[in-house]
Amino acid sequence: MAVQPIAARARSRWRPRAVLGFAGRHLVTVYGALVLLYLFLPIAVMVLFSFNEPKSRFNFVWQGFTLDAWTDPFAVPGLGDAMLLSLEIAAISTVIATTLGTLVAFALVRYRFRGSGPINLLILLPLTTPEIVIGASLLTLFLQMGVETGFMTIVIAHVMFNISYVVVIVRARLRGFDWTLEEAAMDLGANELQTFLKVTLPLMFPGVLAGALLAFALSLDDFIITLFNSGQEVTFPLFVWGAARVAVPPQINVMGTMIMVATVGLLALSILVQRARS
Amino acid sequence: MPFARLRPFLPYLLLLPGLAWLAIFFAAPMFTLAQSSLEEGAFETGFRFTWNWSNYSDAIQEFDTQFLRSFRYAGVATLLALVMGYPLAYVIAFRGGPLKNYLLFMVVLPFFTTYLIRTLAWQTIMSDEGQVVSALQTTGVMEVLDALRISQDGRLLATPTAVVTAITYNYLPFMVLPIYVSLERIDRRLVEAAQDLYGGPLRAFRTVVFPLSLPGVFAGSLLTFIPAVGDFVNARLLGNPNTSMIGNVIQSRFLVVLDYPLAAAISFILMALILVAVLIYARLLGTEDLAG
Repeated sequence: MAVQPIAARARSRWRPRAVLGFAGRHLVTVYGALVLLYLFLPIAVMVLFSFNEPKSRFNFVWQGFTLDAWTDPFAVPGLGDAMLLSLEIAAISTVIATTLGTLVAFALVRYRFRGSGPINLLILLPLTTPEIVIGASLLTLFLQMGVETGFMTIVIAHVMFNISYVVVIVRARLRGFDWTLEEAAMDLGANELQTFLKVTLPLMFPGVLAGALLAFALSLDDFIITLFNSGQEVTFPLFVWGAARVAVPPQINVMGTMIMVATVGLLALSILVQRARS
Repeated sequence: MPFARLRPFLPYLLLLPGLAWLAIFFAAPMFTLAQSSLEEGAFETGFRFTWNWSNYSDAIQEFDTQFLRSFRYAGVATLLALVMGYPLAYVIAFRGGPLKNYLLFMVVLPFFTTYLIRTLAWQTIMSDEGQVVSALQTTGVMEVLDALRISQDGRLLATPTAVVTAITYNYLPFMVLPIYVSLERIDRRLVEAAQDLYGGPLRAFRTVVFPLSLPGVFAGSLLTFIPAVGDFVNARLLGNPNTSMIGNVIQSRFLVVLDYPLAAAISFILMALILVAVLIYARLLGTEDLAG
């Protein structure tokens, strides 16, 4: 009998706070959902308007549903070439940047260095410099050296900014790495090269794959740095930039949607590969 | 065995190609940019290096409006991204439960498609003939927005609002992710202890959770502010001539006017101003030790 009043008092003491907490919890959750909606809106519009049948040169007003742009995505002159060029540049720059970046990340995690401060600075500065300054400064280098801008200079630029991203991603993955596995392999009679190829490399693979995927996506999407160093070449983002002033056909939305679906697909695949391995 | 002899140099050999690439194509260009900023002449007659410091004073005198506007837009966008991004990061970290990874995936989804197309989508959303503007006009909301100077003459497109909205959108994930990481790291027992000690989630948040998440707020703000202040795509596609930012000036001076020295000087002033802004921000947040 004596217990009840105390419990009741305790409950009444806590109630306002509980109500406040409950309201707060849901208010914050609803607010968070609205922010996600804001992040989603342009993507939804992009996908929706890829099915539009615009009456003017610009794809601004919903006129009616059609699959025209999807059944003929390369109807717009130059669009297909631009997409192919972007994919080619992304593939080449990803291979180079992933190789170089992985070597750097491996060395930084595996060995101790005297000059690791400046080395870190050189890796992190490109990530914190405004892209427009990176693009402009690279252009001054090419002008100074008398190099004509074009395919090669775009690849050089993309490899440059991707190295830093690959190093950061691969290094983060390598930090939790159990190096005693290497020793175990050597104890079992493997030499250094065998150990590296059969033990170290497979264990590094998920991190390297993540770095490569990011590099590919960043290269495919890069606009600002590319604009400064492209010469006469037109990558997909440069094509969109040019189109934005003249005419925006729904095919551009189709490409944007396809890139998104492909990236999500690749990401899902890489997660599946990682799960299968572990 | 040649491998054994190479061994002491192996770490350096691994570093060499990657670091050389960065040195030649990131560090060296900073020197050529600096050199270019001190040249004089014209594109037709050629540029000569003459320690021409007047490029810097010319840049400030001619483009002070664009500099100020860039920092204002980027500042507002960063603030908006913080106000929107912090609660979202909080919800994902503390209430995400089993959905956590899916929610994070939704936050980065915009990055999976082309940046320029996302900006064009805002053009569609805000266009004069679009459904949003006509809905705002028929309901009379547009008059209120006009009065508040959010929209101009019944238009959303070609206003500062359009530019800032899209910049905020573009860099919002950069704000959410670092804040999420710093919130995720907080020991849940600490939060519970704080709630018991201070009696209530709000005070526990103010005294324990928020201070512990400041590194994430700092990192997120930088990752939002730095690209935002140099952006020119949003101002070009969604703004009007009176919303042009310093990035627009750099871009047109470099690629259209071909006035390299002035454009190079503007680039360096931009970097210096960003550095000052970052240091002031670190000071205000009391996170000087985080800057390194």
